[in-house]
Amino acid sequence: MAAKSQVNLSQGNPSQATIAVRQPGQDNTTRLILVGLGLAAAVAAPFVLYPVFVMKVLCFALFACAFNLLIGFAGLLSFGHAAFFGGAAYITAHAAKVWGLSPEISILLGTVFAGLLGLAFGALAIRRQGIYFAMITLALSQMVFFMALQLKFTGGEDGIQGVPRGHLFGVFDLNDPLAMYYFVLAVFLVGFALIWRTVHSPFGQVLKAIRENEPRAISLGYRTERYKLLAFVLSASLAGLAGGTKSLVFQLASLTDVTWQMSGEVVLMTLLGGMGTLFGPVVGAGIVVTLESYLAGTNLPVPVVIGAIFVVCVLVFRRGIVGELQALMARHRKS
Amino acid sequence: MSQDVILEARGLSKEFKGFIAVKEVNLQVRRGTIHALIGPNGAGKSTVFNLLTKFLTPTRGQIVYKGRDITAMKPADVALLGLVRSFQISAVFPHLSVLENVRVALQRPLGTSFHFWKPESSLHGLRDRAMELIEAVNLTPWANHTAAELPYGRKRALEIATTLALDPEVMLLDEPLAGMGHEDIERTAALIKRVSADRTILMVEHNLSVVAHLSDTITVLRRGEILAEGPYDVVSRNPQVMEAYMGTGEVGHA
Repeated sequence: MAAKSQVNLSQGNPSQATIAVRQPGQDNTTRLILVGLGLAAAVAAPFVLYPVFVMKVLCFALFACAFNLLIGFAGLLSFGHAAFFGGAAYITAHAAKVWGLSPEISILLGTVFAGLLGLAFGALAIRRQGIYFAMITLALSQMVFFMALQLKFTGGEDGIQGVPRGHLFGVFDLNDPLAMYYFVLAVFLVGFALIWRTVHSPFGQVLKAIRENEPRAISLGYRTERYKLLAFVLSASLAGLAGGTKSLVFQLASLTDVTWQMSGEVVLMTLLGGMGTLFGPVVGAGIVVTLESYLAGTNLPVPVVIGAIFVVCVLVFRRGIVGELQALMARHRKS
Repeated sequence: MSQDVILEARGLSKEFKGFIAVKEVNLQVRRGTIHALIGPNGAGKSTVFNLLTKFLTPTRGQIVYKGRDITAMKPADVALLGLVRSFQISAVFPHLSVLENVRVALQRPLGTSFHFWKPESSLHGLRDRAMELIEAVNLTPWANHTAAELPYGRKRALEIATTLALDPEVMLLDEPLAGMGHEDIERTAALIKRVSADRTILMVEHNLSVVAHLSDTITVLRRGEILAEGPYDVVSRNPQVMEAYMGTGEVGHA
């Protein structure tokens, strides 16, 4: 069963979810209202909820969206995205703490590092398909994990602690929780907007064509490896943006963020929310982070509960929460 | 004579782990003709087809397109030279709309296919051309449906429209009539005839009678080798071809 679902994933067949995405007309108004409500909620959130918690959700949501760009729209299952997320966290933390750089430059460095790492990983992995692609990305990310464990600047088991948040553009003091929160929200929105644009761009069209039928895309004259590589680099960079930002939120870069479990977690978030849908990964990340912080206060073993949810998700609602909702709406509209 | 030939295979062979799928095939496709490649199951038709379009690499032999050796080229690059193929199983992009299917084929010359920062509306200029192509294959009422919703015969029509979008000099159609009902066969055959007006078509077919009135030249393959070649009247009277088709038991296990 596990193997079967893996293969399914690796071929990136997002079932009917994508059909529902493109329905013109009245739907747009509903979507605008929903986006407006979401934005209002995001702006109001730090007054209701614990800001660090919401920032954590936002960082993971961006991470999951970046991952979804690759699996949902290019049909590539990477099992090594923690390397970009966690790797960027180390670079950002080091830049901010040791080099004393400003937060925006530190995050930028982390993002660029993740992008370059993505270029190297992608160039190697893109030659293979399906499960082999996933395995190569896993192997490469494990190399990053062991480097993080051994290298001096990463601080081994301790990680990089006490990372200063600094002043954004030399003006806004990010030690103020609200300032930090709105900064993280802005980063998330910029990242999300970039993904939205990418999906709805000439490049996004080719990417979807490749996901749907790669040999056909080749026969139309597209050198598909190059498109997949660009998608991989974009996804890695955005995962790095999320990881770098997270290291400033928690003022910490640690091994947790480069483990293969972290790569697995982002797969879970994306599947749970609905891969190939724009908002699915946000919902998935919200649910997983909420569950984890809630379960942390109980005696229940977190991995077991998360694992059980994963199984239920794969067996019962394969399109994920948002994917199923969209399918439901599409069916409702037809009848 | 050789000026007339647009696509040529010279001594083309393909071996799979000791099994010879295609053996010393010499094929000349003349410009402006409809050329059919037929043969029983396992005759190596599809292998020849994949070799010509570079989806497979030949073990031996040479492929020449418009006087240029393309044996070592990549499939995407061959397509850019005007040699465009279709597939045996209808090759559409199922979750894209009919319009988007055709538009994807049209958008490459814009040179913006890597531009992930441009809006989709930058492609709207292609809409008219796409709709023309869709009209040409009678799919206008379906333009905004996803390709997955089309019945089989219509998918093949969409595939032809998508291929035509590249305005290829040579169209290679892999069993374009396979799995169709009578009505669809007639409509699609007429469509192929129509689009062949100013281009060359090489098509693979299983069935001799289907291509009888459609093609100028027929090449019959059997067990990876060329058995006969010529117009339908000649080929269909060839005793070896008749034997291969009338069933001596070889057809099945070949």
